[in-house]
Amino acid sequence: MNISIDDNYCKGCEICINACPKDVFAISQKRNKYGTLIPCVAEKENCIACKLCEIMCPDGCINVETEV
Amino acid sequence: MLRKEVTENEGEKVIQGNEACAEAAIHAGCRFFAGYPITPSTEIIEYMSEAIFKNDGMFIQMEDEISAMCAIIGARWGGKKSMTATSGPGFTLMQEALGYGVVSETPVVVVNVQRGGPATGQPTFSSQQDIYQAKYGSHGDYEIICLTPSSVQEMYDFTIKAFNLSEQYRTPVILLADEIIGHMRERVSIPDSVEIEEKEAIEKCDEPFRRDKNHVPYAVDFFKGCNILVEGQLHDEKGRRIGHLADKSGQFIQNITRKITDNCAELTDIRHMYIEDAEILLIAYGSVVRSAERAVKTAREKGIKAGLIKINIIWPFPEKEIFRLAGHIKTVIVPEMNMGKYCREIERCLKQSKVISAPKLGGNIHQPSELAEIIEKEAALSYE
Amino acid sequence: MNSLLEKYIKKESLPYIFCPGCGNGIVLNAMIYAIEALGIKDDTACVSGIGCSSWIPPYLNMDVMHTIHGRAIAFAEGLKLSQPDKNIIVFTGDGDCLAIGGNHLLHAAKRNINITVIMINNYIYGMTGGQKSPTTPIDAKTKTSPYGAIDNPIDGCGVAMSAGATFCSRWTTGHPNQLKKAIQEGIAHNGFSFIEVLSQCPVQAGKSIFKERDPWKIIQYIRKNSTITSVWEDEYKEDKIRLGNFKKETDKREYCEKIITLKKRMKQE
Repeated sequence: MNISIDDNYCKGCEICINACPKDVFAISQKRNKYGTLIPCVAEKENCIACKLCEIMCPDGCINVETEV
Repeated sequence: MLRKEVTENEGEKVIQGNEACAEAAIHAGCRFFAGYPITPSTEIIEYMSEAIFKNDGMFIQMEDEISAMCAIIGARWGGKKSMTATSGPGFTLMQEALGYGVVSETPVVVVNVQRGGPATGQPTFSSQQDIYQAKYGSHGDYEIICLTPSSVQEMYDFTIKAFNLSEQYRTPVILLADEIIGHMRERVSIPDSVEIEEKEAIEKCDEPFRRDKNHVPYAVDFFKGCNILVEGQLHDEKGRRIGHLADKSGQFIQNITRKITDNCAELTDIRHMYIEDAEILLIAYGSVVRSAERAVKTAREKGIKAGLIKINIIWPFPEKEIFRLAGHIKTVIVPEMNMGKYCREIERCLKQSKVISAPKLGGNIHQPSELAEIIEKEAALSYE
Repeated sequence: MNSLLEKYIKKESLPYIFCPGCGNGIVLNAMIYAIEALGIKDDTACVSGIGCSSWIPPYLNMDVMHTIHGRAIAFAEGLKLSQPDKNIIVFTGDGDCLAIGGNHLLHAAKRNINITVIMINNYIYGMTGGQKSPTTPIDAKTKTSPYGAIDNPIDGCGVAMSAGATFCSRWTTGHPNQLKKAIQEGIAHNGFSFIEVLSQCPVQAGKSIFKERDPWKIIQYIRKNSTITSVWEDEYKEDKIRLGNFKKETDKREYCEKIITLKKRMKQE
């Protein structure tokens, strides 16, 4: 499993943090080039690959790759 | 590329101006018509509702003129040559979408069979009051090509020319007829074939709005792998928005205006009569040409050296050619069926001449005798 | 970036112009998923008008027409008639579709022409800075209704269905999978499809309607105030907003098909 958040386009709306049913994402202290606080992948093990975060991210930043 | 198109309808016949226009549109390759009935242009939409289906095209009667203009632009991007026809109030409604057509560089033909205005005005009478609306109707800086037929034959010929020019310059072209021409029945000779402009749409192109030396972009259609963005905002050669960039936006406006103004010589279509020794000159366009021609002939019979310039493409304004032909003539009379609009352009161009406006309001055309009287009066003044 | 979106989005035009937490991105995702599922990318064109919602398609790596205010449906009808085999999707907003473009919605629905209209309803004019829209709830204080809106809001789905739309559904940005399925069905449906998406505008509607700036809380608020139903009753009395796939009528003939049959009949005569 590989979950990535694209720093370049994330606007820090935190929808992913709330939308994830397994609380995979959390607020981090990291800021991107626009100065936005971006979320991080905190509990990767919890991910069930429902990919709700992918469709709910308004800026298309999240990519969930499941191992084949 | 000009291609010969067989009309299958050749011969001499007596038809109405509006019918001639519709028939020419079919011959020019028009395969999409959207419109809304309005007097005095209704015969065009009526004719098209039958003819276009027979020629495997698409016809739709829209809910208003706004959507008619929008639909023809949409259809042109689908790859079909498109046209709409309307009159004064409908033409006003089309202006926003016409501006969109100019900025998105969509080749479409808009026929305006002029009636008396403003507002509802005189639905069944003629006028030439829309010439500035044709040029300046939409907001912002742009240039437009506008043709003014003065006979039913010209209604046929100019419609084909309008389609060809729109394809050649990738811009909307206006055919500015009037009620007299639209409703008049006259002998027309339909040729066995007509030359029509056809450009092959480019495929899989990254820069669909790249311009040639005449500032004209490529011919592009949807569904050809170009992934094109057609924008109402100003755009660069890739179709990307540049409305927020001052330099590039200015350049874009230059491009869409210069593709017409720089080619003004090619877009000049002027006919003249008795101009070699003329001392008094009439400059006319549209149906008024008919009266002006008669008046000039009458004046000549009386020994007055009168001449006539007939303008077939009023926009872009053929400034150079008018100055070349008439710069030396002392008295210039501009008869128009409006308060005197085109005469302002003529005044600006012929600064040395005495430019006299001969307006005619109320919906009737100038009588040849009225114009002959003005010519005689001016002739008497100049001999004094 | 999301790997599927990489195929569909022009990367050089990113980031989106939308405010943080705007629902437009979610609708765009749902639409991309639907197109991918149907496998029709090259046979689809998008048309949009003016407004926040109409900025969705310009990011797409597809044939897109970004037109003038309210007229997207009219442009789409022209495009559809000239290319009857292609799929045309219209992105429009509540102001674009129900105010300035209301007439075109009625007539396109009446004709049952095969285009898919996705109307994103954020209850406000977002792009111009938070003025009252045709769907703004009564009493909402916006920039142009400082003492509270006094006119009754319009129900887009009700209007479209009564005008003759043969496919109609409404979802929210909090139902992305249902929305994706509805868009997929709408595109596949041979007739006029109207899909309304209730969306959050955390900046403008958040300020004047929801009194809440958190996009997720607005999504939840809209979800809580809605109910999923499959039957549309005209005499609906409850306060909740109805969501669901309300209508799918397959026996009504499509407009382009009618013209094609007419042309065939003309040839035979």
